[in-house]
Amino acid sequence: MNNQITRLFTVIVLLFGLLVVFTSRWTVFEADSLESQEIDGQQVNQRPLLEQQRIPRGVIRAADGTRLAVNRRRGTGQARVYERRYPQGSVFAHSVGYSFIQAGDSGLERFYNDELSGDKDEFGSLLDQVLGDRKEGQDLRTSLDPRGQQAALSALQGRNGSVVALEPATGKVLVMANVPSYDPNDVVEEQRRRGRGESEGSGRFNRATQARYPPGSTFKVVTAAAALDTNTYNPDSLVDGKNNKRISGVPLQNSGGQDFPTITLTEALTNSVNTVWAEVGEKMGADTMYRYMRRFGFNQKPPIDLPGDELTASGVYNNRGRLLDDEDPVDIGRVAIGQERLQVTPLQMAMVASAVANGGSLMKPHFADRFVRPDGRLASRYRQEEAAQVMSRSTADRLTDMMGQVVKEGTGTQAALEGIDVAGKTGTAEVQNGASNQAWFIAFAPKDDPKVAIAVTVERTQGQGGTVAAPIAKQVMQALIGEQASG
Amino acid sequence: MSARTRELFGLVPVSLLVTAGFTAVLITRSNQTGTATLTYGAIFLAACLLGHVFIRVRLPHADPYLFPLAALIAGFGLVILYRIDPEFAIKQAMWFAFGLGLFCIVILFLNDYRTLERYRYTIAIVSIGLLLAPRVPGIGGATNGAYLAVDIGPLAFQPAEFAKIGIVIFLASYLNDFRDVLVKGRVPQLSLKHFGPLLVIWGMSMLMLIFIRDLGSSLMFFGAFLALLYVATSRVSLVIAGFAAFVGGAWFISRGVGHVGDRIEAWRDPFGSMELYERPAGGSYQLAQSLFAQADGGLFGQGLGESLLQIGDQGPVLVPAAHTDLVYAIIVNDLGLFGGVGLLCAYLVFVARGFKTAMVAHDGFVKLLACGLAAVFALQVFVIVGGVTKVIPLTGVTLPFVSAGGSSVLANFVLLALLLIASDAARRDPLEQGGGLAP
Repeated sequence: MNNQITRLFTVIVLLFGLLVVFTSRWTVFEADSLESQEIDGQQVNQRPLLEQQRIPRGVIRAADGTRLAVNRRRGTGQARVYERRYPQGSVFAHSVGYSFIQAGDSGLERFYNDELSGDKDEFGSLLDQVLGDRKEGQDLRTSLDPRGQQAALSALQGRNGSVVALEPATGKVLVMANVPSYDPNDVVEEQRRRGRGESEGSGRFNRATQARYPPGSTFKVVTAAAALDTNTYNPDSLVDGKNNKRISGVPLQNSGGQDFPTITLTEALTNSVNTVWAEVGEKMGADTMYRYMRRFGFNQKPPIDLPGDELTASGVYNNRGRLLDDEDPVDIGRVAIGQERLQVTPLQMAMVASAVANGGSLMKPHFADRFVRPDGRLASRYRQEEAAQVMSRSTADRLTDMMGQVVKEGTGTQAALEGIDVAGKTGTAEVQNGASNQAWFIAFAPKDDPKVAIAVTVERTQGQGGTVAAPIAKQVMQALIGEQASG
Repeated sequence: MSARTRELFGLVPVSLLVTAGFTAVLITRSNQTGTATLTYGAIFLAACLLGHVFIRVRLPHADPYLFPLAALIAGFGLVILYRIDPEFAIKQAMWFAFGLGLFCIVILFLNDYRTLERYRYTIAIVSIGLLLAPRVPGIGGATNGAYLAVDIGPLAFQPAEFAKIGIVIFLASYLNDFRDVLVKGRVPQLSLKHFGPLLVIWGMSMLMLIFIRDLGSSLMFFGAFLALLYVATSRVSLVIAGFAAFVGGAWFISRGVGHVGDRIEAWRDPFGSMELYERPAGGSYQLAQSLFAQADGGLFGQGLGESLLQIGDQGPVLVPAAHTDLVYAIIVNDLGLFGGVGLLCAYLVFVARGFKTAMVAHDGFVKLLACGLAAVFALQVFVIVGGVTKVIPLTGVTLPFVSAGGSSVLANFVLLALLLIASDAARRDPLEQGGGLAP
């Protein structure tokens, strides 16, 4: 009978082998597809989500260490889970975003989810698995400046609008403030209410990166950059600023219907003369204008570390919301002064100011400064990168001087800082058929060694860019530069 | 080195492993170790030594690996149960103490294995009675659609666990007597007298499907029967015919008995529809969660005590029946593919020692008994692990020495005792054998 016993044992070994094969199948070969298993289009494996909840996510901090996103622990032992809390409430809501199992995620929480949840640490992962160590996320230190952010929010005084401030030399985002905002701590509750049919507030919308506003005269900086950089004009070129010049066959008015016969290009910027800049735009032509717009970042989503669906490209949109190309028929003269369906985000205009401030080199805007492991070791540091060399250094220098005049004696005097030279450009775009204005101001300071480039916009105001937006820019720059000077 | 000394040395690493396991779970639980784990380890070692000394006195020639292997698997099971819920582990440890007592009693009172042969029909009838007990109104009841448990007052037990041993004893004895007829006789000449009991076994397993509604235990019993039939007769044709009869019968019955059919449907496509997934009884939720838990484990697992069983402190249970049916899924979740395969290897070595015992035995009954016990043990592991890993439909059989449950522990200690008795008889120097009546 021993032969039979041997054969029987062989059969049993084969059966056990089958068990090993199937265990391997689920643990290794089909593990990934099981992780996202769906039935009738419905995700049924809750583990990946729950697992994430069990990992203490990295803390998100402002540049000065202020905690922007932290974890609250619930339960003990095996049942412990972590839930996000945002100590600063609505102040940093749009940049930091939120991350909740029940409500999904947004902002930096979403963009850097892998790092924050510890998924990116390739080196550690295998060893951790062997040791059974708990994964832990890396802390994110951002470039956000709480004092500048607060200054921006208090300067907006509850008026709908947006402030974006960048560090020109690096592309660091110092301020991204929007009114209205929302409290990320309430997102889950809000979603529950929405489930009951109540509508969501507009606070979720990140005006700084998603809103499409007419830029008004701030866009003349782009036109000026093209004009100077192609050597078609120089700051002292004499131009004709008569009112009611025909642009694309239709008469164009200057602000207040003023005539500016035979002035320099610098003066045309100082006084924001529409007819001059429209003519400059026509002379450059759509090709050249679009080339420079692209270099500044127009017609594409900005290269910033936020999720793509929270970003909007700036450019000329047709009535159906399609982004137009230089091959499409556009009134380039009116585009050159910020009209003709040109729509921009505040972030884009801050990038325009930043490129001029940084000697023509546009740095990619970014929030992340560095990632720190839970034990305090540096995990990685953001490497700053140039997005484009928009114009030559000499063009940038000459344009800076022209923008300096705007603040010194032109439309932007209300942005002047004591003892510090500011370069800027105002903008006032009529909206609602002229019933109200979209007020703009873009600037950078100090003029000769720029630390801050800023874009400010206020919706539906009766005031002008120079009277409404410029004072806001002043307060924010003061908060940012004063701080840097003292620290 | 004598067999018993080898056994003693085998128990040392087992105790160390169990201590290490408890330590790991305690660290995960509370981030502190203290001396508690050493105490658990010491108690475990003491119990093992007690068993060892008993074997040394009563069964000096028994296989030296069976007992340490059983201790290893049982200790591992304790750690896993402790990791799921310390309450389970404490209960299980108590059952292990009872089990060890029963183990000693069996060895003490079963002086001569031939006693078993004498009472084979009694044993068979009692076993069948046990199997059908859960259908007796008042004491039996269905869990998840299957009739596997008997409740008498505060005591609940699964009679199938004991019945499997009784059936193996009966089959070993019966086949030992009639194997000559079955081997030599040409099929037409085999009378109902010889074939009858075999048909009874087949019919019984079919009845089990109908009455107990548990495909798993039915498969386990019938598989053990076919294994013994093959070893005794060496007739592959009989095995194939038997297997075909079983599959055919099972297929037919599954269409009539809803519960069995549900289990098969859930097995064939657990992710087929939301209705099947969410069906309160007999749906695919349990199997799906088992697969998810294994996928979560990966190669090395989440770490002992780290994987997810429940959502929050009071939240819904993610893995149903973690301590019984799905315990293998938890092991893979915690310790990964390697942990699961490691456990399967331990089982396989245990089974191998059982077959080894059968090989060296001279007496036909002892040979078949050891073989049958090893086979039924292996099949039980296959049925439950196979169910959890979707090799076969998932059923409510326990994982020997690991799943929580008194009857399972007690029955498996009896199985171990019988294997050791068989082994002692097989390995004793033939000259020393007292009986000397064997032909």
